Amino acid sequence: MATTATLAKAEDRAAVTHAARIEHVSKSFGGPAGGQLVLDDISLDVAPGEFVTLLGASGCGKSTLLNLVAGLDRPSAGSIETPGGRPALMFQEHALFPWLTAGKNIELALRLRGVPKAERRDEAERLLTLVRLGGSYDKRVHELSGGMRQRVALARALAQDSDLLLMDEPFAALDAITRDVLHDELTRIWRETKLSVLFVTHNVREAVRLAERVVLLSSRPGRIAHEWTIDIPQPRRIEDSAVAELSLEITEHLRGEIRRHGQH
Amino acid sequence: MASTETTLKEQKTDDLAGLEAGLDALDSVQIRRTPVGEVLVKKVLPPVVAVVLVLVVWQLLVSFKVTDEYKLPAPSAVWDSLTVMWREGTLFSVLWTSVSRALYGFVLALAIGTPLGLLVSRVKFVRAAIGPILAGLQSLPSVAWVAPAVLWLGLNDSMMYAVILLGAVPSIANGLVAGVDQVPPLFLRAGQTLGATGVKGAWYIVMPAALPGYLAGLKQGWAFSWRSLMAAEIIASSPDLGLGLGQLLENGRNNIDMAGIFLAIILILLVGIAIDLLIFSPLERAVLRRRGLLARG
Repeated sequence: MATTATLAKAEDRAAVTHAARIEHVSKSFGGPAGGQLVLDDISLDVAPGEFVTLLGASGCGKSTLLNLVAGLDRPSAGSIETPGGRPALMFQEHALFPWLTAGKNIELALRLRGVPKAERRDEAERLLTLVRLGGSYDKRVHELSGGMRQRVALARALAQDSDLLLMDEPFAALDAITRDVLHDELTRIWRETKLSVLFVTHNVREAVRLAERVVLLSSRPGRIAHEWTIDIPQPRRIEDSAVAELSLEITEHLRGEIRRHGQH
Repeated sequence: MASTETTLKEQKTDDLAGLEAGLDALDSVQIRRTPVGEVLVKKVLPPVVAVVLVLVVWQLLVSFKVTDEYKLPAPSAVWDSLTVMWREGTLFSVLWTSVSRALYGFVLALAIGTPLGLLVSRVKFVRAAIGPILAGLQSLPSVAWVAPAVLWLGLNDSMMYAVILLGAVPSIANGLVAGVDQVPPLFLRAGQTLGATGVKGAWYIVMPAALPGYLAGLKQGWAFSWRSLMAAEIIASSPDLGLGLGQLLENGRNNIDMAGIFLAIILILLVGIAIDLLIFSPLERAVLRRRGLLARG
């Protein structure tokens, strides 16, 4: 149960194959000159099958970084590679389409990926079963609870069959009990599917509960402030003492980063 | 100690399915079908009471001779006018003349307003060029178009359709524009990550997401079609045009037949309501209900 906190060295990881490679990425909004710098020289690799959480206070640009990796926006400088193709993305809001049933939402993702019509229904059922919602194919989005919606959204993201899953505070709007259950679910599905996950959160315990590696971003502009590799064995629980211990350490760093902004 | 902790954890993981099923059952939205009796009491009874009240007040005003009979006919006189038309067999032909014109004009307006709305909502230059005019046209009473339409096209059906189109096309186009504008950006981003960009994005995401706004536009477009047609029929009456509801009203005025005028007004109102209740409201409700956007009860 040893916890090692190491500053990861970019050179060491450069040789390894990667699910995502972020190199010297900067992003500013409001024009190239005199704009507001949101991300400053971020370099980060996500290894195949790795679970990385990006942690930071508000204004650290973690969602911006995720949008860049998702290809929804372009970096002002630097490059982002995702060799496995377009990554799947899950939002804080479920973003399910209310004009479609749960099953049809998943089928739309399959259809846009080019899965033949004959296979879509079975594949959608399989994915629903994976998130333990078999039998909910015909449910309308508004008939599902918040936790169920996020599971359908997860199934829809998995339907993209991408190697890399990006998650933007996907459980932030859920109640504590449901969030806890979805942590267990996500860990299970991550281990079954061997996906790479880049997970954004401001919740330190959540970050430690889920990830193999936690990356702390400083705020305004967002820079990588610190990294921790976590080898507490899975399945973990958010109440585990090792999780609590490391959370405390990371929280101290996070507070330090936040405090710096009050000193001007 | 480490091993017991692991088994405990695995046991807990096995429990996860049961825990999740329990949460789902607790959190799921319960859907309740409203019984027919409740629908009758809550939805049908109030308007019936309102109509009966209006009839009673109307009859009282007539009975107490509040005004001359040629100014305010008795409900029974209006009823008599209706039965006369029924017996002569003209009732349905008059209704059909107007309703068929309005529906045909509406379908034309739909065919023109939909692509126009798409163009305005998707092409920035077109929006900047004609968007404000299109929005402004909605406040122009379509009766204003009757005079130029008669001079351009003569006293015939095409003049009627021109007036309907000028009234209904802006509503339908504006409804679609509003629908597209109100598509939540989150849906567009979600669609983008799924690979729905460009034409695919418009087809799979924007169009279905804009449907409620579009339907509201259609509803309003129908109301404008009907109003515009009545304005055209009342002003531009000619024996060649066939007897519609508007002409019926105008004939009543020429013959100082207040019962006939009341009958025409009531029929115009009823047709407008009936088409809305039979076609547009059910369509709109079905779409909103599927999306969980309809308040229950």
